[in-house]
Amino acid sequence: MNLTLKVWRQKNSTSTGKFVTYKAEEISPDMSFLEMLDVVNEGLVKKKEEPIQFDHDCREGICGMCSLVINGEPHGPKRATTTCQLHMRSFKDKDTIVIEPWRANSFPVVKDLAVDRSAFDRIQQAGGYVSVGTGGVPDANEIAIPKVIADEAFNSATCIGCGACVAACKNASAMLFVSAKISQYAMLPQGQPERYQRAEAMVMKMDEEGFGSCTNTYACEAQCPKEIKVTNIARMNREFFTAEFIKG
Amino acid sequence: MSNFSKAFSSTLGRKLIMCLTGLFLCSFLIVHLTGNFQLFKNDGGLAFNQYAHFMTHFTPIKVVSYLLYSSILIHTIWALIITLKNKKARPVAYAITPKDGSIWSSRNMGVLGTILFVFIVVHMANFWYKYHQGYTPLIEYRTDLNSGATMSRTISESEFTGYVSYIDNGIEITKSEDLYLEVSNAFQQWWLVLFYVIAMAALSFHLVHGFQSAFQTLGWNNSKYRPLIKFIGVWIFSILIPIGFAAMPIYFFFK
Repeated sequence: MNLTLKVWRQKNSTSTGKFVTYKAEEISPDMSFLEMLDVVNEGLVKKKEEPIQFDHDCREGICGMCSLVINGEPHGPKRATTTCQLHMRSFKDKDTIVIEPWRANSFPVVKDLAVDRSAFDRIQQAGGYVSVGTGGVPDANEIAIPKVIADEAFNSATCIGCGACVAACKNASAMLFVSAKISQYAMLPQGQPERYQRAEAMVMKMDEEGFGSCTNTYACEAQCPKEIKVTNIARMNREFFTAEFIKG
Repeated sequence: MSNFSKAFSSTLGRKLIMCLTGLFLCSFLIVHLTGNFQLFKNDGGLAFNQYAHFMTHFTPIKVVSYLLYSSILIHTIWALIITLKNKKARPVAYAITPKDGSIWSSRNMGVLGTILFVFIVVHMANFWYKYHQGYTPLIEYRTDLNSGATMSRTISESEFTGYVSYIDNGIEITKSEDLYLEVSNAFQQWWLVLFYVIAMAALSFHLVHGFQSAFQTLGWNNSKYRPLIKFIGVWIFSILIPIGFAAMPIYFFFK
């Protein structure tokens, strides 16, 4: 495959970036999108040019490190798939592909396509944890949890924190991420001690980090590589309003 | 109190304000539409004029009307605040707008809301303002209680000392401001009829997203209630109610 890439190049967080056009030639349709970028970068290194910076780690679709808005879609055109699991067979020969970073005030560009997502870490640190007993080791399955609840909490917990929801949202809102993190604990007995304190602290931190607010377009759900549902956002609203107006 | 102000100035709190004022405005639509159905009565406007007098002079309704005016203003002002803050959250725009599977109206609530705000201003200037300032023509109805036949005639200011309704010799006499005539006259202008129909189309698109969205904001979105909320949002609020309202100017134009 021969492709034309329009890639966002930006030196650092303070400089203004621009699109630069590259040719990606003799690309195998079986390569992943990131492997295709590796090939382009090898070419750039050979020409003594600065390689394109992008985030990646496990390349197995589970770490949440890869990103990229590809032709206007976070993680590219394939649903429920991270960029590392997207293969070049999803594109056609001679395609032009526009590659941009996640664009949000709270995700400043570090360089080129790599953005700083530490805002998510700070939200998580604000309340995304549970208290644990420090006594003897409890028996497995000592706490009974109905399967439907366990499944629902597990679905919320599959969020990998990649930030595609922020990238997809017209308001750069982080609510799908935050709501998944609040939900996974709100439903389980282990999450009860800090339940309302957590909802309040994580929402307040999310606001402090400067993410936009939800206008319920549900673009986040459509673009989430882990198919996190917007019902999590409804649950977060419930948890937060209960924390603020009922629990006091 | 400081806790409440903190909660209401959070992103979720601001959404809650949009949601509560929005739902209150939705409930008003039902009342307004039901009342305005009196316009379709073929009684020379007697029932509609009585209804208009009741709505503007019954104290509990007057209290609710102030709640309504403030809801319209709060809903509009908060929408502006939220939009400005949301714009700040993404200072550099995408070269290609993300395709995201969202419905058009959900992305354009501001545009639709602006059309509706302009409509509300025009609508209130046309009827509410004239009625409250006493610029409306005056009418007297005489209903023969035995035969049920109603006669009406336009009266001058000197014959009118305020709304009255009394029975004299088996004849019910009602003197009233004739808002019905005002409505009927206004909708003889084709461009006003067209404007009303366009505004009701905007209302339809605004509510197809807005009604369901309010319940999501309240946290009332789960598999049990979603089908019911969706049904009411689509069929009642974005189809039946806008059609009902749009039918009124069209009725008077072709009458």
